[in-house]
This record gives sequence, C-alpha cells and structure tokens, in this order.
Amino acid sequence: MEDLIPLTPQLWEATYETLYIVGLSLLFGGLGGLLLGIGLYTTRAGSILGNRAVFGTLNIIVNIFRPIPFIIFLAAAQPLARAVTGTGIGNSAIIFTLSLAAAFGISRIVEQNLLTVQPGVIEAARSVGAGRLRIILTILIPEALGPLILGFTFIFVALVDMSAVAGYVGGGGLGNFAIQYGYRQFNPVVTWAAVIVIILLVQAVQLLGNVLARKVLRR
Amino acid sequence: MPLISLRNVTKSFPPGRRGEPLVHAIDNVSLDIEAGEIYGIIGYSGAGKSTLVRLINALEKATSGEIIVDGQQVTNVPDRQLRTLRLDIGMIFQQFNLFSAKTVWNNVAYPLRVAGRTRDEIQARVTELLDFVGLADKASNYPEQLSGGQKQRVGIARALATSPKILLADEATSALDPETTHEVLRLLRRVNEELGITIVVITHEMDVIQTLATKVAVMDSGRIVEQGDVFDVFSNPREASSQRFVSTVVRGIPAPDELAALRERHRGRIVTFSFRDGDSSQASVFLELAAAGIEFELVYGGINDIRGRAFGHLTLALTGADSVIDATLHHMAGRITVKELA
Ligand SMILES: Nc1ncnc2c1ncn2[C@@H]1O[C@H](COP(=O)(O)OP(=O)(O)OP(=O)(O)O)[C@@H](O)[C@H]1O
Ligand SMILES: [Mg+2]
Repeated sequence: MEDLIPLTPQLWEATYETLYIVGLSLLFGGLGGLLLGIGLYTTRAGSILGNRAVFGTLNIIVNIFRPIPFIIFLAAAQPLARAVTGTGIGNSAIIFTLSLAAAFGISRIVEQNLLTVQPGVIEAARSVGAGRLRIILTILIPEALGPLILGFTFIFVALVDMSAVAGYVGGGGLGNFAIQYGYRQFNPVVTWAAVIVIILLVQAVQLLGNVLARKVLRR
Repeated sequence: MPLISLRNVTKSFPPGRRGEPLVHAIDNVSLDIEAGEIYGIIGYSGAGKSTLVRLINALEKATSGEIIVDGQQVTNVPDRQLRTLRLDIGMIFQQFNLFSAKTVWNNVAYPLRVAGRTRDEIQARVTELLDFVGLADKASNYPEQLSGGQKQRVGIARALATSPKILLADEATSALDPETTHEVLRLLRRVNEELGITIVVITHEMDVIQTLATKVAVMDSGRIVEQGDVFDVFSNPREASSQRFVSTVVRGIPAPDELAALRERHRGRIVTFSFRDGDSSQASVFLELAAAGIEFELVYGGINDIRGRAFGHLTLALTGADSVIDATLHHMAGRITVKELA
C-alpha cells in the first residue's frame, strides 16, 4: 500500500489521460461511426437513399475492418496514423487509431438501431414533404435515440478497454500506468488501483448512459 | 376538371426473387376523383390499394401512365416539386405512424415546420387542429400514452396541418375496434363536410365504404373492376368480386345452401323482390299480393340505407294458385326486380 501513495499524482494523471484519449476517440469515432451507420442504413435497398453500389462498398469495408483484433489493428494502422498525425506513437496516434476502430464498431450499432425505426414513421415524414436530410436529423435519429445512447455507452466501455491495450504500446493512461508502475515493478497493489479506477469509471459512465436512455425512452 | 386524375397508370415492382416475373401491382388503371368527394377504394389484400394511393402523393413513382393532382403533373417531376405537392396532400395510416419521440403537439407541428411556417403560425394552427380533433388536453402527451382512436385523431390532425386539399386514408380504421372506428369515421366525415377536403379511403371493410364514401372503386389484382356511386355498386354489383364484398354487408339473395334450408322450412314458391329507391314501394307489392289472394311470408333479406337512399332484397315464400302467382309477378316485373329462386 505504501508503494501506491507516492504514485497518487501519476494515478490521477493517468486517469485524466485515459479520459482524454477515450473522450476524444469517442467524439471522433462516434461521429465517424454515426455517419457510416447512417450511410449503411440509408443506402440499403428500399431506404431513402437506396443505392446498391454504395451500400455494398460500405458494407464490405465495415465487414473487413470491424473484426480485426484491436492490438493487430493498432500495429497495422500505424503507418496511416503517422501519415495523418505526424507521429506513429503517443496519444495523438492512439486517438487516431482508436477513433478509426471505434467508427467501424459504432457504425453497425447505429445501423442496427436505425433499422428498428418503423418504416411507416419515415413514410409519414415523407408524406408531409420532409426532405432526406431533415428526415435523418429530425425523425430517424430522435426515434432511435434511446438505443443509440446505450450503444454509445457500450462503445465507451470498449474504448476504455482498447485504450488500456494501447497503453501497452506507448499510449498514456491507466493501462500504461498499470504496466509501468504495477506489472513491471512487481507491485500488484498498484495494478489493482488502476483496475479499480477503471471499474469506477466504467460504472459511472454506464450509469449515466442508462439514466439518459431511460429519460429518452420515458420508462 | 377532376381533382385527381389517373390515366392508364401502371406500377410494376421487381420480383422478390431473381428470375421471377415483375409484380404488376397496378395494371393500367384510369380513375377520376372529383373535388369534395369521399372516394372509397376496396379490394382484398394484395389487390394494389396501398400502391394506388401511394402513387397519388408520389411516395411511389408510376412505371407508366399519367397522374395529375390539382392540375399539376405528379409523374416525372423533380423531388423538390414533389415536396411542395405533398403539402397539398395529407395521409393517414393503419398503424398511425406517429413520431414516438415527439409529443402530440410536436407531431402536429412537424408538417408546419417542414413547410417553413413561423412560430406564431404554428402555435395558432396546432391549437386549432387539436381543438378540431378534440385532443387539446393531450398536447403534451407522447403517442404511447394514447388509445388507438386518439392516435388516429392525432394522425388526422397532423395530416391536416398544412391545410391540404386531399386526405389519403390507407386502412385508417382497420386497427380499431368497431366503436372507435365509427368515431374516426365521423371525424373523417366532418373533415369532408366542414373543411371541404376530398378524401380517398382505402379499406377492405365494406361497412367503411357504406358509412363514409360517396363513390367507390373495387380493385382486384391491380385493376379497377368496377367503379361508380356507392349506392349503385351496393344495390346492383356487376362483377363477381364486387358481389362478394357487397354480400358482406348486404343481406341479399340467399346463397344455394341457405336456399335449401329455406325450402325445408317453408311451403310455396320462393321469390326475391329487389327494391331500389325510386322503384315501387314495398307496401304496393304487399298490397298487390294480398289483393290477388296470394299468401306470403317473409323468409330472408333486409333493407339497407346508404345516405338516405334505401335498397334491399326481400325473399318471400308465396302460396296460392300457380297461374295467379305467375300473372301477379309478371304484372310487377316492369316496376321492380323480381326473381324466382329455382
Ligand atoms: N415495395 C414493393 N416491392 C415489391 N412488391 C411490392 C411492393 N409494394 C407492394 N408490392 C406488391 O404489390 C402488390 C400490391 O400491394 P399493395 O400493398 O398495394 O396491396 P393492398 O391492396 O394495399 O393490400 P393490403 O390490403 O394487404 O394492404 C402486392 O402483390 C405486393 O406484394
Ligand atoms: Mg395496403
């Protein structure tokens, strides 16, 4: 225990860093995933932008990239991360790679949740003269908002997990903290401290997501 | 000029599976609907009713033919123009299709926002509409907190928001119980009479046509097999599928098995007298039979009323001298329809 106390500032620093990495990844990945998911939904045959070629292309891209295990994805995407962020290691590169991975994951969640919206509701919006973009923004997303919030909560949890893995290969945050001060120093108490902070973080966000979703779903 | 006019309209869908033939949902249909009418379209499931109305507000694009609504071409026009057209055509649905994430108020306000009305205009119009459908007290409720009948009234208010000339109702009462159905039908009648809106009602329920419509078209396999005044089609259906629909609400001429049962229970000759208003009255028929000394008993049938016009079929068992019956029936034949059942 006495080994942990001097490390408290580092623990806080690591927690802050995890939140920073996960927060930005959720923002960028969430936006990308939302767009990709909306793209998948709207280009599906019979939907408002039905387009077989575009849907097929998006579908294949998502199918190829989504199942790649994150640690491999991290290595494989490094050249791209370097090209975009100017560096192959460090938080910026990690945020880039996490965002990309999250976007593919979120896209399917978004697509599935949008598919639960009754087609008749979209038809009602069309029948009053609403255009496609307006339907997406004012009908489709609000109608699916409850499950979308839960989906994003799920992805937050997954991102915390993935960011810890990234800590292993040079990213900062709680994963890095646990490895550097706990695992490498043979100090399980420090490792466990990182685990507990992660658990608390995940619990807090899950609770927030549940409360928000319940509010939106009015139950 | 008719408000809605379809000329040789065809709509085909690609087949569900590759290699199968096209589905001809609408097959060379021509139809005129005049302003102020309540036009009923009836047909069995898959007959093409929904496709037909969806062509009118261009939710579907016709494969060929011409559709003109309020003097404006609907076929082959750009999307932007279609959206202005849709402000003139309201639509209500079997499953109501309310926006579940929006309150009653915002459901009704939505078309007005789409149309770009100001806040004040929206405020005034939504208030007026909720009053009209009797749901002013539900403005801040969400759809799931409403009964089926209330949901459809919200649907009607939403459809009327932009003061359209036309209201399309696709099976608007099919998900409702009989009592609520009548409540909604009464409201639709008011929409027609008080607001002067032309209504196209689609249904597979003949009593909806009977209580609401002025004109009716009977659809079968993508075609209109019969159309005309509701009274004419009900009192004298010509096509087999029209006859089947009419028989669901009109107790007309007994079917063969019913006739056999009647014969077992009654003596004499069984004759059906068909009345339409304007024909001789029932009283004169009964008087004539009595005067000829023919004994008669009412064994089957009924009289129907369509918007104040009566028609019906009464089947009587007649006993008396054959020659007297023959002469009397012959004498009546010019004035009403008389049919002896073999
Ligand atoms: N989008 C579509 N794609 C392919 N086929 C379709 C489509 N919409 C309708 N059809 C076909 O067109 C025909 C007519 O369908 P429609 O929905 O107009 O019938 P309906 O008379 O409204 O039936 P119901 O009473 O069941 O609503 C059916 O054979 C149906 O399978
Ligand atoms: Mg239908």
